[in-house]
Amino acid sequence: MDRRRWQVEVDRDACIGSGMCVGTAPDAFDLVEGRSQPLAERIEPDEQVLAAAESCPVEAIRVTDVDTGRQLAPPAD
Amino acid sequence: MDTGVAAQSLAYPFGNGRGLDLEEQYARLRDTPGLARVRLPYGDDCWLATRYADVRLVLGDSRFSRQMAVGPAVPRTTPQQPGAGGILNLDPPDHTRVRRPATKAFTTRRVELLRESTRRIAERLVDEMIEYGSPVDLVEHYALPLPVSVICDLLGVPYADRADFRTWSDAFLSTTLLPPETVGDYAGKLWAYMGELVARRRVAPAEDLITAMVQVRDEAGDLQEQELVQLLAGLLVAGHETTASQLPNFVYALDRHRDQWELLRQQPELVPRAVEELMRWVPLGVSASFPRYAKEDLMVGDHLVQAGEPVLASIGSANRDERVFARPNEIDITRGDNPHLGFGHGVHHCLGAQLARMELQEGLAALARRLPTLHVAVAEEELAWKDGMLVRGFRELPVSW
Repeated sequence: MDRRRWQVEVDRDACIGSGMCVGTAPDAFDLVEGRSQPLAERIEPDEQVLAAAESCPVEAIRVTDVDTGRQLAPPAD
Repeated sequence: MDTGVAAQSLAYPFGNGRGLDLEEQYARLRDTPGLARVRLPYGDDCWLATRYADVRLVLGDSRFSRQMAVGPAVPRTTPQQPGAGGILNLDPPDHTRVRRPATKAFTTRRVELLRESTRRIAERLVDEMIEYGSPVDLVEHYALPLPVSVICDLLGVPYADRADFRTWSDAFLSTTLLPPETVGDYAGKLWAYMGELVARRRVAPAEDLITAMVQVRDEAGDLQEQELVQLLAGLLVAGHETTASQLPNFVYALDRHRDQWELLRQQPELVPRAVEELMRWVPLGVSASFPRYAKEDLMVGDHLVQAGEPVLASIGSANRDERVFARPNEIDITRGDNPHLGFGHGVHHCLGAQLARMELQEGLAALARRLPTLHVAVAEEELAWKDGMLVRGFRELPVSW
């Protein structure tokens, strides 16, 4: 069974290149031409990735549970 | 490769921070291979990064640590030793744990909800300035009350207490302004004050960030009470001091580049770009501060930094790097692509960046709209610059219109 149940997307138009996500979860994000890019689109559940998404000042990172389709970050409210 | 053998260390900081002109040594160092070796008033000698790419690497790479910056050897401009803890002195995952509960309140989406009320405050303050009559002190009558009102409202701190927390705030920005024992005394008083507000919200919740953070701590339980109180106190200080310094800096810079002020006045849609450009151009920090320690040997550009060595990264210098910015020493409020590091970079990227942007935009827009002839009312040699603080800015700035 594929354990990579989370999908990670970065809206590169919204991204301001703050570097928050790369510093928070260096195994999941990298800066490419000044803007963030996920190192893999499908990952195993990882609390640090969720923290990185919540820490993005422009909420450019979306984390989704592939099985349920539920958005895990950013928070809805 | 630069072997890292130290030539003679340069005395640092390069200037006293009175004025917004970036010290000329930085331009020379940006064109010198490797990192510079500098000697600060206190602590060990250390490396100084001045080029954009190097500065961004030092600030953003997780092989560099802020948490290791403890003890008397830390290179610094102030006699007091850096305190442990606090989000500026932590690395992930501790840093993430402490900062995370506050992040949600400072996203663009949340900040936009405060834009209308911020605009109204700016308008009211301009009304009061007009009523008071020119000249007035822009710091006291505009630049301070604007962000203080916004952050008080957001956090749930009584605006009436501002004289007290304004005084205590200096403890967190003083390099040599206050003696170390006063720094300790003021910091303690601000923490006690915030501790009291936290205790009150626990009994009587309100619609504010203090209440929200108290609830996060009490429900999740992975934040110490002291961490919560110090985080909130930090938000109160950082939430007004920086904007209060930058607004007068911006007005002064635009007055000295009058064509840019005229352009802004005629094309108010340029306000967001103007704020980014002024964040780039104004070297807010008197010098690079908050050194990062290498956790392992690593290359910064062509220079090998060894494990355990501290490195300072000059944001002011990075923002003038011609490898990234065309005509870097000019103020051009039409500049489009502007990846400046004025809010820092990496995990310590300013938590309030989006709030500060919005306040600076609304603050500048209201002045340009209502006071088109606004200008600095005193001669260059009479300007009252702050002294002995981490940031450049005015103690007061008389303006006329």
